[in-house]
Amino acid sequence: MNGSDLTIAGAGLMLREGSLTAGELLEAVLERAAMTEAELHCYLTIDHEGSEEAAIAANARLESGRALGPLDGIPLAVKDNFCTRGLPTTCGSQILAGYRPPYDATVVHRLREAGAVIVGKTNLDEFAMGSSTENSAFGPTRNPWDSDRVPGGSSGGSAAAVAAGSALGAFGSDTGGSIRQPAALCGVVGFKPTYGLVSRYGLVAFASSLDQIGPFGRTVDDAVTLFEAVAGNDPLDATSYHGPVPVIRPTLDQGIDGVRVGLVKELDGEGYEPAVLTAISAMIDRLAGDGAQITEVSLPSFEVALSAYYLVAPAECSANLARFDGVRYGLRVSGATVEEMMARTRAEGFGPEVIRRILLGTYALSAGYYEAFYGQAQKVKTRIIDELAAAYRNVDVLISPTSPTTAFELGARTQNPLAMYLSDVCTIPANLSGHPAISVPVALDGSGLPIGLQVMAPALGEPMLFRVAKAVEERARFHARPALSEAPV
Amino acid sequence: MPIDIDIAHVARLARLDLSPEEMEHYRTQLGVILEHAARVGQLDTTGIEPTAHPLGFTNAFRPDVTRPSLDRAEIRAQAPDSRDGYFVVPPALDSL
Repeated sequence: MNGSDLTIAGAGLMLREGSLTAGELLEAVLERAAMTEAELHCYLTIDHEGSEEAAIAANARLESGRALGPLDGIPLAVKDNFCTRGLPTTCGSQILAGYRPPYDATVVHRLREAGAVIVGKTNLDEFAMGSSTENSAFGPTRNPWDSDRVPGGSSGGSAAAVAAGSALGAFGSDTGGSIRQPAALCGVVGFKPTYGLVSRYGLVAFASSLDQIGPFGRTVDDAVTLFEAVAGNDPLDATSYHGPVPVIRPTLDQGIDGVRVGLVKELDGEGYEPAVLTAISAMIDRLAGDGAQITEVSLPSFEVALSAYYLVAPAECSANLARFDGVRYGLRVSGATVEEMMARTRAEGFGPEVIRRILLGTYALSAGYYEAFYGQAQKVKTRIIDELAAAYRNVDVLISPTSPTTAFELGARTQNPLAMYLSDVCTIPANLSGHPAISVPVALDGSGLPIGLQVMAPALGEPMLFRVAKAVEERARFHARPALSEAPV
Repeated sequence: MPIDIDIAHVARLARLDLSPEEMEHYRTQLGVILEHAARVGQLDTTGIEPTAHPLGFTNAFRPDVTRPSLDRAEIRAQAPDSRDGYFVVPPALDSL
């Protein structure tokens, strides 16, 4: 097997027993990237120099039996909205073209401390706003399963890199589904932790009450390993959780017998592809057959979750993106006055989706509209949290599709922003509630495109969430991999 | 019915220098999106408090101690224009 197709657990074992070196593993991953990047465009920057240095350092530790842990020597990718010291960080936007941050994000710092080899920075929808990675100012990423289709988004580059083998694992950010939806569309595992469990210091902010960082892996086990390496309080992020990180491994393999599973009534029916619904219900039948107690759960406020999200997220983005004004970093377009300079810089530097959301958010926060829009959306959040709390008195986890459809064709939704927004209907509630959620690949549809199943759990419910995700993974036996082009394109 | 918005006013508030054609394009799109977003009004939220932090945390204290900041020269090196330790911008008032 090619090293770039290994799991993190498998590669780690070989690295520690000496049958593979960190240099060889990195080389395999870079070769895979060289083969696939011209077509897939997962990366915006590949850090050849930095990754080679990190691999050499990892080799030295591994050879002397001083490995730092399960990520020592493992090639990983991070989304290009994570600050990386001295390495370009663009957020997929012209307004940050050429920007080199003076510091590492806490997640990047913790990965380096764990010995991980950071291969590069992955493509994304501009400032993480989108569901297809088509909003990148530097061109779209394509789905490794079918290059005429999108990888999902906004963390499409990270998901596609893990699917294609140009990284063994990756990190992204999830504001409305930006980890889980691309994970589903690319046939990998994607996890959004409980709000606050992973520091956001150095993550370029989009919507601060919703943003959370999380991992992509080929297996549930790898996702746990990646999460454990970065989770936990960070004094540099005032919103990070102060309590202990939930302990996942001791209960990971306890199976599904006796677990109470709720099926979300509102995330079903019209607008969902039959193949997606069939795959989910087939898995539910198997879980039930092995002792899970299945009940249908109704969460009426989910019907307006998408509407609330498209007020809360743009409102917060309009405030967060005020910092991009041509003064301290990035693009500047000249103007006679400071206001003219700022307005020209922002109009030229931001792409259409970012401008759309800034306008939407500015409107929703403006005098006379605040109460009806942002204020009301914040109350909807409360209703969603209350309804979920009531549901979780009777069930341990909730299950739904991750995405109503499998990967769609490039260009199919770009002319209709609302149709694109509907891609996130299943994933948004967990962002509004701050709860953890994970997507696990369960099947391929008739066209050979992956289908993801979403498991949701209450806040800090990661142990049960991963236990169920592992049980789903074991039953799905999803070992298919995309057929990649043999030669460089 | 799509919601009609004063796009020129909103663009000014957001410091976005848009052409008349761009404004018309966004005005139409935002009307459709806001019509969907206005569905939040369908939910009865009488007596319901808004949620800011999903887990209900209110404050985070840290010890009041000094620590090294980022290197100023490195930060200024990222700026489009800087001089004598300051960021340089065009005049804030027309008459200057």
